[in-house]
Amino acid sequence: MADTITLEVARYRPEQEDEPTTQCYEIPMRREWTVLDGLNHVKDRLDGTLSFRWSCRMGICGSCGMTIDGDPVLACETFLTDHHPGPVRVEPLRNFPVIRDLVVELTDFMAKLPHVMPWLVADEPPPDTEYLQKPAEVDEYQQYSMCINCMLCYAACPVYGLERDFLGPALIALAQRYNLDSRDHGDHDRLEILSAPEGIWDCTFVGECSRACPKGVDPAGAIQRYKLEAAKRTVRSLLLPRGRR
Amino acid sequence: MSTRYDVVIVGGGGAGLRAAIAVAEARPDLSIAIISKVYPMRSHTVSAEGGAAAVIRPPDTLDDHAHDTISGGDWLCDQDAVEAFVAEAPGELLRLEHWGCPWSREPDGRIAVRPFGGMRRVRTWFAADKTGFHLLHTLFQTSLRYPSIVRYDEWFVTRLLVDDGRVWGVVAIEVMSGRIDAITAESVILCTGGCGRVYPFTTNANISTGDGLALAYRAGAPLEDMEFVQYHPTGLPFTGILISEAARAEGGWLVNRDGYRYLQDYNLGRPAPGPVLRSMELGPRDRLSQAFVKEVDRGRTTDTPWGPVVHLDLRHLGAEVIEARLPFVRELCRDYEHVDPVRELIPVRPVVHYMMGGVSTDLVGATALDGLYAAGETACVSINGANRLGSNSLPELLVFGARAGAAVAEAAGRHTGPAPAVAAQARDEEHRLESDLLHREGGRERLATIREELRETMEQGVGIYRSGDSTAKAADKLYELRERCRNAAVDDHSRVFNTELVAALELSFLLDVAESIVRCASLREESRGAHQRTDFPARDDERFLAHSQIRRTGDGASTVSYRPVTITRWPPAERVYGR
Repeated sequence: MADTITLEVARYRPEQEDEPTTQCYEIPMRREWTVLDGLNHVKDRLDGTLSFRWSCRMGICGSCGMTIDGDPVLACETFLTDHHPGPVRVEPLRNFPVIRDLVVELTDFMAKLPHVMPWLVADEPPPDTEYLQKPAEVDEYQQYSMCINCMLCYAACPVYGLERDFLGPALIALAQRYNLDSRDHGDHDRLEILSAPEGIWDCTFVGECSRACPKGVDPAGAIQRYKLEAAKRTVRSLLLPRGRR
Repeated sequence: MSTRYDVVIVGGGGAGLRAAIAVAEARPDLSIAIISKVYPMRSHTVSAEGGAAAVIRPPDTLDDHAHDTISGGDWLCDQDAVEAFVAEAPGELLRLEHWGCPWSREPDGRIAVRPFGGMRRVRTWFAADKTGFHLLHTLFQTSLRYPSIVRYDEWFVTRLLVDDGRVWGVVAIEVMSGRIDAITAESVILCTGGCGRVYPFTTNANISTGDGLALAYRAGAPLEDMEFVQYHPTGLPFTGILISEAARAEGGWLVNRDGYRYLQDYNLGRPAPGPVLRSMELGPRDRLSQAFVKEVDRGRTTDTPWGPVVHLDLRHLGAEVIEARLPFVRELCRDYEHVDPVRELIPVRPVVHYMMGGVSTDLVGATALDGLYAAGETACVSINGANRLGSNSLPELLVFGARAGAAVAEAAGRHTGPAPAVAAQARDEEHRLESDLLHREGGRERLATIREELRETMEQGVGIYRSGDSTAKAADKLYELRERCRNAAVDDHSRVFNTELVAALELSFLLDVAESIVRCASLREESRGAHQRTDFPARDDERFLAHSQIRRTGDGASTVSYRPVTITRWPPAERVYGR
C-alpha cells in the first residue's frame, strides 16, 4: 500500500470566490483512518481554513454527511482503504445549498421538522405506570426510530433535488415512526400534511433513500406503506360519514 | 445588537432540552432560548449507550439505589442530593416513556431492566444499546411542541455577561454568518456537557470541550471536585469509541493476555459463568480501570500500536443475545476494529469518559452567581462523588435538568434588567473576538500542536494514577501552553462557518478546565474513587471528606477551598464489592 493518498476536496468560500474550486491534499495512508481522520489531518496540520462538521466520530450524531467519490456517506464511517489508491473526491452533500467548503445548509429540513408532529399524541392523560408495549409492537416502529438526521437520504433523493417543498424521506419515515407506535393517536392529525401534494405523493419511489441510509432505515418502504394507508383513508373519508371513518 | 429572553439555556443536549421543557410546562408565558453550538440532536447525549438507572419494582428500593450511588462514589456524594435524585429518577424515566422513548420491553409489555456496574439490583432501563440516542431524539422532538422555546442552532457562546455578582445573559457567535450578538436573560442555565476532549484518549465527542465549565469559572462561579475524572474500562484502541458497560452486564468477561479473568485478583470477587451484581466485571468503573493499570505493571496485557490492551469476550453470549441486546456494540466493533464479537475478542483499554466534577450547584441547579444555573454533566450537585456509577448520568440530566427548569420558572420576574454595565461588557467581548481572533496575523504555531501537547500533559499528569510530582509538572507545562496559545496562528479570517475560530475558542476553554483539574488534583492528598494518588494511597476522611471548590480570582489566579460532604443516613464506610 502506498504511503500517502490524495484527497480532492471541494472548496467554496463565499467571501473570496463565486464558484466552488478543488484543492488537493496529500495525507498519510493509514489502514485505521476514515476519511474524517484524513480531513482532520488536513485541518490540524496542513490547512486550518478547511471547514466541515463532525462530532461523535462513531456514526451516531449525524454531523459528517458528505459526498465521497460520488456517494452520500458519513465521513466517519468511510475508510480510506476502501478508496485506495485514490485520489478520493470529497464534496458537500448534494441537493443542499452550500454554506462553505463541505458545510451545507439544513435550515429547510429543520423548519419542516415540526410539520410532521414528531411527538407522541395521546388521546387521554397518560397512565400512572408505563404504557404496555410488547416487543412485537416495538418492532413495528423501531426501525423508523433509528434515523440520525444525517441528511444522506435527502442528498440521494432525486425528487428533493427538484422539488424543494417535498417533505423528503427522513421526515416521512419519522411521521411513520409515530404513526406505527401503539402509544400514539396522532395518525389522523398527520394525514393532512403527509397526503398534501408535497407529502408522500411527490415520491416517485426510486428507493435511493433506503440505499443511502447508513442506519438501515427504510424510508422508501415507509412511504410506500403510507401511500396504501392514505389511499384507503381517503376512500373511507369520501364514502363514510365522519363518525364511522 | 441584543435580544432578550426570560431564560437562556446554553447547550441543547439532554439536560438543556429537559430544562427547556420544564420551563415551558411550568410557565408557558416565559420566553426561552436554547443556544447550542451544534444542532441539538448532534449533542453528546446521543452517544450514551447502556441505559438509565431508576428503581422500577420490588424488591428494589430507593435506599438501595442511594446506597449503591453513595458507596460507588466513595462517600463523596452529597446524600441529600442523592436522595432527591433516586426519588425522582423513576418519574423522569416514566415521563420519557410517555413522550415516546422506545424503551426495550419484557415479553408482557412492561419496561425491561438490565444489571449495571456497581448496582446491587437490576434497575437500568435501556433502549437496546442506543439509550442516549433515543432519549435525546425523544426529548428534542418533544421540545418542538412548545412554541415558547426558540432555538439558536450552531451558535457558540463565548462569555457570560455578569454585573455585580449577577448573570444577565451571554455573548454568542452565529457560526454560519459570523454575527456576534448579546443574548440577555434573567436566568442562564449551563447544560454544555463534559470535557473529555481535554485528554488525548476519550469516548467523548469532539464537542465535549468543557465550554460551560470555563464560562462559569471565568465569570467567578466555583467549580467543584474537578480532580475526579472517570476512565471507562472498555474503550476501543485508537479511536477511544465506547464499548458499553451493557456488554459486561449481559455477561461479557474481561480477560488478560493469558485468557484469565484478571479482575478476581483485585478484590472484586470470584468469577462465575454468568454476571453477578456488584462483582467482577460488574464492579465500579474506577476499580476496573485501576485493575487494568496493575495488569500492565504485571506484564499481563497485550501490546498494540495504540498501547497495551486487554480483551472483552462476548463470544459465549451467542449471536442472538448480541444482536438483540448489543447491536450497536457489534456494529462499532465491526466498523472500527474489524472484529465480530460473536466470533472474536474485542481489544479494549481504559478511556476518559466522564467528569464527576462541574459547576458547583445546589439541589435545584443554582450556582454561586445569582441568575446562573447548571445541570447535567456540566454541573456538580453532587450525586456522583468520586466515581459515577454507569447508567446514573442519563437520569441525572433528566432529574436536575427538570429541577433547574422549574427553579428558573419559579424565580422569573424578580429582576428588571439587564444592568447598563452589561451592554458595555458585550461590546468589549465583540471587540475581543474581532481584533484578537478574526484579525490575528502571523501566529507562530498551530492550534493543533498546542492542543495535542495539552492532552498529553493531562494524560501524563492527571491520569488514572497521579502524584504530587506528576501534577506539579503538568501545572508548569500548562502555564507554558497558555502563553503559547496567545500567539497561536488563526489562519482563517472569514466570518462564514469559521471552524478554526471555534477551535481556538474551545482550546482556550480546554486550558482553563485543565488548570482546574490539575490544581485540585495536586491539593487532594488522598486516594478516593477516580482520584488515585501514588504518594497518598489511602482515603483520608479526616482531611478530605470534602468537596474541593476552585474559584478564579480577579487577577487570573485561582483559590481552592473545601466544603464538607452532606451526610444524611449513610456514614462513611469501606466500599465492598464481590462479597
